[in-house]
Amino acid sequence: MRVVVDLNRCQGYAQCAFLAPDVFAMHGEEALLYDGQPDDTRRLDVLRAEAACPVKAITVEGAGATWAAEGAGVSDGG
Amino acid sequence: MAVDGSVERLRREGRIVVVGASLAGLRAAETLREEGFTGTLTMIGDEPYEPYDRPPLSKQVLLGRVPADHTALPRRRAIEAQWRLGVAAAGLDPTAKRVALANGTSVEYDRLLIATGVRSRPWPNELEAGLDGVFVLRTMDDATRLRHRLKAGPSRVLVIGAGFTGSEIASVCRERDLPVTVAERGPTPLSGALGSVIGDVAAQLHHQHGVDLRCGVMVTGLEGDGAGRLRRAHFSDGGTLDAEVAVVALGATRNTEWLAGSGLAAGPRGIACDAGCRAFDVRGIVTDDVFVAGDVARSPHPLFGYQFLSLEHWGNAVAQAEVAAHNMICPGEERRPHLWTPYFWSAQFGVNIKSVGVPNMADQIIVSQGSLGEHRFTAAYGYQGRVIAAVTFDQAKWLEFYQRQIEQAAPFPPPFTTVDRRTEGMRPVPAGFPDPSVPTHGPQVTVSGHSPTDQRVTFTPA
Repeated sequence: MRVVVDLNRCQGYAQCAFLAPDVFAMHGEEALLYDGQPDDTRRLDVLRAEAACPVKAITVEGAGATWAAEGAGVSDGG
Repeated sequence: MAVDGSVERLRREGRIVVVGASLAGLRAAETLREEGFTGTLTMIGDEPYEPYDRPPLSKQVLLGRVPADHTALPRRRAIEAQWRLGVAAAGLDPTAKRVALANGTSVEYDRLLIATGVRSRPWPNELEAGLDGVFVLRTMDDATRLRHRLKAGPSRVLVIGAGFTGSEIASVCRERDLPVTVAERGPTPLSGALGSVIGDVAAQLHHQHGVDLRCGVMVTGLEGDGAGRLRRAHFSDGGTLDAEVAVVALGATRNTEWLAGSGLAAGPRGIACDAGCRAFDVRGIVTDDVFVAGDVARSPHPLFGYQFLSLEHWGNAVAQAEVAAHNMICPGEERRPHLWTPYFWSAQFGVNIKSVGVPNMADQIIVSQGSLGEHRFTAAYGYQGRVIAAVTFDQAKWLEFYQRQIEQAAPFPPPFTTVDRRTEGMRPVPAGFPDPSVPTHGPQVTVSGHSPTDQRVTFTPA
């Protein structure tokens, strides 16, 4: 599954780091580091983190389904 | 089949080509589908990868916390695009409405979105740039290579340039316990973006974390050994430094060369476009079928005197792509302006740095909350008596407040009293930006011809 955090919105509330600590981690007081492609077994934790984010900064893609639905899709060029 | 004239028909069966398959290109494609575009959508990208996120490359990827290929961007929705990845656009014929690709093929469009972004500025000496151990950091491949080399534990890393990327790389090196030297031409790190008042705080962060920071000095040459491996760097003050790795972090160059001869207003500073993301041609006349978004765009912003801003900001890429996509498939009266307030972040030495507005337009700065000495503060920037930007170090929650101050042209220095535990009074001081009256660019456009009908506008160099 894929995750991206809009760090312009993120204000370091750290809810995600509590709910999915192996995916999101605070680095210092306010900066957030995260794994953009966590294992699917972390899906529930990540969705909880997404829902809990007070500023709605987390975007989660549905476990790769959208990309897969486009077919292998990548590249006919080069 | 061309579908000029009818927006309805364009939405239904038009051909839209997006050149640039990164953040802006992807968000534009999603918006097009979201807003009901059902025609053909072609995504062209010079890298072989589907769109990925770049900010993590200089942070969690270099730290070794996540692999470089873990930054592919999540999709907001399916976009049913034809992907042409691993092939760069090589030319544009706006009359024939055709994009030429580097592999000799071409793609026709009814509407074109250019989102080719920027690339890192390479070390100017090609031979030295080719030495084993000399890196830049912009792409996933760059990050993979550099991460691999840092993991091997080089005896010393030299970072050339202390802007945001350079400072983040230095921070990562210290966190990995690698000896690192940073060479910066300006008086402090980040002085070009934030001024030297805040730059002094950045310098303290470097020192506190054991970076060998050298300001006011340029790297004049890189020297290799017999096997072509980087061995030593030479400085403008006559000094030398032994280093196994050098990371060139001298900013970015806009990817516009492929547009040479296209007649678009595309040059080294980006592609000029209006606030509706429509590209200007080289004569300054707006086009109606070529749109621009992301790092490569330069558009006028009413808040900042209609100055043409080009922003290498993540949030700008998203917002501008959404506006461009909307406008591409809407009639004139439904179009929207891109009036995004510039916003960006950086994380280095464990500090979260955020900025809103355009700091480097400012003449004065005031620390409105917190203190520089504690490395936790909010600073407001003023320009001709109004608030024009704000920067926070570990005080991000205040930024939205200042965003509204900027958008409402609030007076500077701010007339309100903030809740703060400092006892010393607030006083604005010069922000410490480089003198803007010293030109750093030559003329880019020349006008020639004797009569109005004969007038030509040419980019120099082409």
